[in-house]
Amino acid sequence: MSKEIIKIEDLKRSFTMGTETVHALKGISFSIKKGEFVTIMGSSGSGKSTLLNILGCLDQPTTGTYEIDGLRVKDLSKNQLATIRNEKIGFIFQSYNLLPRTTAIENVELPLLYNSKVSTEERKSRAIKALEMVGLGDRFHHTPSQLSGGQQQRVAIARSLVNNPVMILADEATGNLDTRTSYEIMSLFQELNKKGITITFVTHEPDIAAFSNRTVVLKDGNIIKDYMNENILSADRELAKLPIEED
Amino acid sequence: MRLLNLLKIAFKAIVLNKMRTLLTMLGIIIGVASVIAMLAIGEGSKESIRSNISSMGSNIITIRPGADVRGGVRGSASEMQTLTFKDYEAIKEQSTLLSYISPMVNGGGQVINGSSNWPSTIYGVNPDYLKIKVVDLQSGSMFTDAEVQSAAKVALIGQTVVDNVFPDGKEPVGQMIRFNNIPFKVIGVLEEKGENTFGQDQDDVVIAPYTTVQKRILAIDYLNQVMASAVSEEDAPEAVTQVTEILRTQHKLSESAEDNFSVRSMEELISTFSSTTEMLTILLVAVASISLLIGGIGIMNIMYVSVKERTREIGLRMAVGGKGSDILMQFLIEAILISITGGLLGVTLGLGATVFIEKFLNWPTSVALYSIVISFAVCAVTGIFFGWYPARKASSLDPITALRYE
Repeated sequence: MSKEIIKIEDLKRSFTMGTETVHALKGISFSIKKGEFVTIMGSSGSGKSTLLNILGCLDQPTTGTYEIDGLRVKDLSKNQLATIRNEKIGFIFQSYNLLPRTTAIENVELPLLYNSKVSTEERKSRAIKALEMVGLGDRFHHTPSQLSGGQQQRVAIARSLVNNPVMILADEATGNLDTRTSYEIMSLFQELNKKGITITFVTHEPDIAAFSNRTVVLKDGNIIKDYMNENILSADRELAKLPIEED
Repeated sequence: MRLLNLLKIAFKAIVLNKMRTLLTMLGIIIGVASVIAMLAIGEGSKESIRSNISSMGSNIITIRPGADVRGGVRGSASEMQTLTFKDYEAIKEQSTLLSYISPMVNGGGQVINGSSNWPSTIYGVNPDYLKIKVVDLQSGSMFTDAEVQSAAKVALIGQTVVDNVFPDGKEPVGQMIRFNNIPFKVIGVLEEKGENTFGQDQDDVVIAPYTTVQKRILAIDYLNQVMASAVSEEDAPEAVTQVTEILRTQHKLSESAEDNFSVRSMEELISTFSSTTEMLTILLVAVASISLLIGGIGIMNIMYVSVKERTREIGLRMAVGGKGSDILMQFLIEAILISITGGLLGVTLGLGATVFIEKFLNWPTSVALYSIVISFAVCAVTGIFFGWYPARKASSLDPITALRYE
C-alpha cells in the first residue's frame, strides 16, 4: 500500500495568452500512493483542472518533474504519452465524452481498440466485465442518448476501468449530476477504491470530498492544505439518508 | 492487427454516422457524375459537329491525271490517259491513311425513259463511292463488287434525274432507263444533296459501275480520276503526300521531274473542320475545369466541415490512448473509403445520366475514358486530402485542446 503511483516536484504550468502569461500552477509538490482516494479541491481558477490534465498526461508541465508509476513524463514522446494514457490511466470527464450513436459496450471497448495486445474476444469480455462492475449489466447495447446522465457517467467509468489502469482520474465527474446520482457515483468510486484502485478526483464540492480519504486544496496555483480525512463518510449510508423522491 | 483495428474503427465511424457519410458521399457523387455527364454531352456534340462537317466530304482526296506537257502546251486533265487502273490498285494497296477509294470515269449523255429525256453525267465508280461522298440512298441499294466485275448494266440516279425522266411520280427502282442508248436497270435513288458551293446540281447524276462506263459508254481503259477519303481530316495532308509518293514511284518519275498527276484535298473544309474542333476542345476543357473546380470545392467544404466538427471526438480518442498516427490513419481510411465509394457511385450515376440524356432527350453523347479517369481522380484526391488535412491538424493538438474544441 505504500508504492508511490504519482510523484510531482515543483510543478509549474503557465499559459501565454497574447502578451500576458498566466501562471496556473506555481510550483507544487506532492505524491499519491497506491490505493489512495484523493480529492483535489479548489475554487474555479485555482489550477485544479490544469493539474489533473497534467496528471492525466493530456498536458505537459512547463517546468518541474512528474513521475507516474516510475516513469518520468517529461522525457516521453507524444506516442509514449498516448501509450501511458492507454495503459496506466483511466480518465473520466465532467461531460462524460461518450461517442454519440455508439453503444455502451462499444464506448467501453474504445481504449482497448488502441491497444494491439488485446484480442477481439478479450476486448469484448473485458468491456462486459467493466459494465457489470458499474451496474450496467443490462444496458450493453444502449446508446448514450438512451441513457440517463448517471448511467452515461457509469459507462464513462467503465471505459476508464477497462484497461486496468494504475489510477483513475476524474474531472468533476459528478458536476453535471443531481445529489442522489452524485452519491450513487461516489458510492461506486468508494467500492472501486476498496478493490485497490487509486482514484484522484477533482471537485469543488466539499460534501463530495468527504467521501475520500485525503484532500488536497489548491488556491491560485498553490497547495494550501493537504490532509487525511479522519472521518470518511460512506456514500451508501449518505444515500440512504436522502429523502426519498416522490414521483 | 493494428491496421485491422483501425479499419474496424473507421468502418464503425462510417456506419454510425450514416447521414454524415451520405452527405459527404453525395458531394463526391455529384462532383464526379456532373463532370462525366457534362463531358459526355460536350464530347457528343463535338463528335456530332465533326461528323456534320465530315459529311460535306471534308476528308475527300481527289487524284487526277495532269500537267502532261506536249510541245509546251499543258493538256486538260480530262484528256490525259496517264492515270490507270494499275495506279488505283497501287494506291489502294500501299496507302495506309485512306479509308475508302474508288476509281472514277465520267461522261455526259442523254438519259431516256420512254418519252422523257434529260441531259446528265454518268459517273463510273465502285461501291466505296457512296461512303467517300457521304451520300445515302433514298431507296434501292448500291451495286455490288460482283456487278462491277461483270460490268453489269445497273445504275443509281439522283433526284433531278428522277424528276425529269419519271415525271409521273412512278417508283424508279426496278425500271429500265437508257443512257446514250445503252439500257440500264435502275437499282437505287440517291438522297437529295442540293447544289454545291459552285452552283453545281449534285443530284443531276447517274452512277454506274466504272467497268460498265469504261467499256460500254466511253470505250476507254484509263481512269479520269481516283477518289478517296482520308481516315480523318487531320490525316488528309499526310495522305496527300503519301499518295503522291506512291504515284511517283508507280509512274517511275525521276527526282527532278514534275508530277504528271495532281492530288488534292479539301483544304478549306479541313481548316474549318480543325478550327471548329479546336474551339470545341477548348470549350470542353473549360467546362470540365469549371465542373471539377465546383465539384472539388463542394467536396472540400463538406469533408472539411465534417472532420472539423469531430475535433472533440479526436480529443477523446487521444485521451483514451489513441496515438496521433492512429487517429490520422483512421480518418485517412474513412476519407479513402468514402471518396472511393462516392467516386464509383458517381461514375455509375454519370454513366446512367448520360444514357438517360441520350435515350430520352435525344442528345448526342459520348463518354470519354479520360473524363471518368480525371473526374474520379480529382474528386477522390480532393476528398481524401480534405478528410485528412483537418484530422492532421486536430491530431497534432494537445488532447485537452481538442477535447475543449467547440
